[in-house]
Amino acid sequence: MQTAFESWIHPAPPSEGGGLRVVPGGFHIDPIRPVDRAVITHGHADHARPGNASVLATPETLAIMRERYGAAAGATLQPSPYGETLRIGDVTVRLVPAGHVLGSAQVVIEHRGQRVVVSGDYKRRADPTCAPFEVVPCDLFVSEATFGLPVFRHPPADREVARLLDSVRLFPDRAQLVGVYALGKCQRVIRLLREAGWDAPIFLHGALGGLCGLYERLGVPLGPLVPATGLPRDAFKGQIVLAPPSATADRWARRLPDPVVGAASGWMRVRQRARQRGVELPMIVSDHADWDELIDTVRDVGCGTLWVTHGREEALCHVAAGMGIEARALALVGFDEEGQGETADDPGAGDAA
Amino acid sequence: MNRFARLIDGLVFTPSRNGKVRLLQDWFATVPDPDRGWALAALTDGLSFAGAKPGVIRTLVLDRVDPVLFGWSYDYVGDLAETVSLIWPARPGPNAPPTLSDVVDALRAAGRSPRVPAMIAGWLDALEPSGRYALIKLITGAMRVGMSARLTKTALAEWGGRSVDEVEEVWHALEPPYADLFAWLEGRGPRPAADGRAGFRPPMLAHPLEDADIAALDPTAYRAEWKWDGIRVQVAAAAGEARLYSRTGDDIGGAFPEVVERVAFEAVLDGELLVVHDGRVAPFNDLQQRLNRKRPTAKQLREFPAQVRLYDILFDGADDIRPLPFDARRARLEAWFDRVRPAGMDLSPLVPFAGWDALAALRAGARDGAIEGLMLKRADSAYVAGRPKGPWFKWKRGPLTVDCVLMYAQRGHGKRSSFYSDYTFGTWRGDELVPVGKAYFGFTDEELARIDRWVRNNTTNRFGPVREVSPGLVFEVAFDSVHRSPRHKSGVAMRFPRIGRIRWDKPAGEADRLETLERMIVA
Ligand SMILES: [Zn+2]
Ligand SMILES: [Zn+2]
Repeated sequence: MQTAFESWIHPAPPSEGGGLRVVPGGFHIDPIRPVDRAVITHGHADHARPGNASVLATPETLAIMRERYGAAAGATLQPSPYGETLRIGDVTVRLVPAGHVLGSAQVVIEHRGQRVVVSGDYKRRADPTCAPFEVVPCDLFVSEATFGLPVFRHPPADREVARLLDSVRLFPDRAQLVGVYALGKCQRVIRLLREAGWDAPIFLHGALGGLCGLYERLGVPLGPLVPATGLPRDAFKGQIVLAPPSATADRWARRLPDPVVGAASGWMRVRQRARQRGVELPMIVSDHADWDELIDTVRDVGCGTLWVTHGREEALCHVAAGMGIEARALALVGFDEEGQGETADDPGAGDAA
Repeated sequence: MNRFARLIDGLVFTPSRNGKVRLLQDWFATVPDPDRGWALAALTDGLSFAGAKPGVIRTLVLDRVDPVLFGWSYDYVGDLAETVSLIWPARPGPNAPPTLSDVVDALRAAGRSPRVPAMIAGWLDALEPSGRYALIKLITGAMRVGMSARLTKTALAEWGGRSVDEVEEVWHALEPPYADLFAWLEGRGPRPAADGRAGFRPPMLAHPLEDADIAALDPTAYRAEWKWDGIRVQVAAAAGEARLYSRTGDDIGGAFPEVVERVAFEAVLDGELLVVHDGRVAPFNDLQQRLNRKRPTAKQLREFPAQVRLYDILFDGADDIRPLPFDARRARLEAWFDRVRPAGMDLSPLVPFAGWDALAALRAGARDGAIEGLMLKRADSAYVAGRPKGPWFKWKRGPLTVDCVLMYAQRGHGKRSSFYSDYTFGTWRGDELVPVGKAYFGFTDEELARIDRWVRNNTTNRFGPVREVSPGLVFEVAFDSVHRSPRHKSGVAMRFPRIGRIRWDKPAGEADRLETLERMIVA
């Protein structure tokens, strides 16, 4: 006889730390307020918050948290590489790749014969900057649904990057300014450009340098990168400049010659979203699963129960119910439905859509 | 169609007006007839095909997509053409994408044939999302791609070395795909004939007048009229043809057939289009129901009957009287009205006044929801196109205001779907808040983003797209009037509430009480 999952894993109210609480393990996954023991899926600011007493995460995620929060990353940091099985209280815990950003992990928890996978944010496409998503069959799958509507279908990322290179050729006297989130999207776009043959230096806004350096130290080569400061305007002609999305419409961008403003995000699939942000070159490049990936994943893991943490929960629940899966929207507070961080104007804090 | 789709995408995404104009001019210069003309038609008056209506598109997509998912998607994206273009299941196959002329020719030949839906489905299968979007926009006759008809004509005129008014004068005598117009603009043909047609004459517009500025004006030099809360229109009738134009020259006669059909005269008239029930002007919302449709249903014609309230005359028969001073035109208008007795029209009365103070009192006392304020027109002003400074002013009535507390926020639609931009607010009754109204956000993107952040950080509860927030943010809400309403928990309903200012500075406890609102109720 199976007991209900809720008896041992459930959403915690924000006043008690938020995120998902695993009772027999004594920890929270991605808490929104400091707790004694946190397991963190990945480094985006709406999942990894500072101030927890002890933190378990992949070595890469811990490195990202240290880069961002310094000593506030956590009093005790416990790295757990992908695949390692740990016993915590009355559960076992294993981190496996989620394919979202460098170090991103799904948390696989087993307790009294039940297996739960908390996937954090994920995608199924190839990404040259991180390990690919691993399918782990489970009883309960906990999923995001940032792009949980059938209008969201991401085209191949290399095609979108090719459009950027076309624009460079079309406007040799203008700069190409692309809005990218600091963690993940930035490095992925750089790697995609390198794979498409763009060997020239890529210019970076100051908020992007730190994490690019960290990626390189963690074994992701990015090629020549140059800070976009202290250079004459003409130096940017025909060049590619990356900046946090908030900086592309900012005074910061005035240093560039008549920039073609682009943005790399899954939201760029919807015209009004692109127009609203003044984007002339929308690039549909996302680190989140699109509609088909969400449904494929729910099918692939073969779960009997699905919980949806954040995003457009209702559509994914509707489809899962049609597949005979018991589906529930958790409507967790604190996660960003837009996949871009609660503080979209803080260049370092954004989650990558 | 792919090249046309690239033009449409370019017009959508290019932020600058000049950039858009360049894209269009490049299109006119490099795309041959008739494709360039079909695009021009699509971007101006719109193309209309008997068998291809939004309902057909909707039926096609609902045959292929779960209606529940389609509903949520449409709600999120906010535009039918875009939703369908994105959600249409890809069906890679041997179909070659159609050209613009393929589509236009096939639809024209097909008329109302039952084959039309299958033709459209075949094209949608053969196209990618951008092409599907352009196709649907084209055939449903509503481009709205950030390019007004006026700007399109401006780009065209500039490319052909003519003024936009010259193009405007001949425009309504032309038919798509406009081969004779292009021939003239390229110097290969004569100027198309415009005479004798019911063409659009660019209207005269007013400047807003601030209360403080009125003292500088001489009251005896001005005439006053009520400013009606409808839409500005021009009725143009000549050579047995009648047309109804919006302020920007769009032909809106199709949406208001009862106005056009009753025209039995030759004149060009300036007035306000209103929905009127038993002599009373209905709220703007009723007119909005009609404006949203290309053609009204019989029920709408019954429930929201439209008429024109006249305030100026530009042509009396073939006689151009625009150069006459206002007083003389007014006399001609009144004489013409007495003579013709046009059905479905009335005269906007002059409002006699003794001086500015007396007029201000009249304005403040006008509680009719259909009156937005006053128009002041110089007695000696000729009728000139555009917005000359000095002869005409609009002097709007100040709205009523009350300070309310934000209670619930909902995600918006379309371009606002990423933001909490629809707000329900309340006033205090005892120590509880009761909702008194709902309004959309009407400010800059930065303010919207700031409210959005505030909402996310002060959420106490979530229900689907709605967030309940803790009482802490005060809006100054402006509205036209307030009425008793047993349907609302508060017992009152505001008319046209809009958020006037965001009072970041004001503690929620100091917002207004329900009693304040109750005292403003119109008996
Ligand atoms: Zn997230
Ligand atoms: Zn993330």
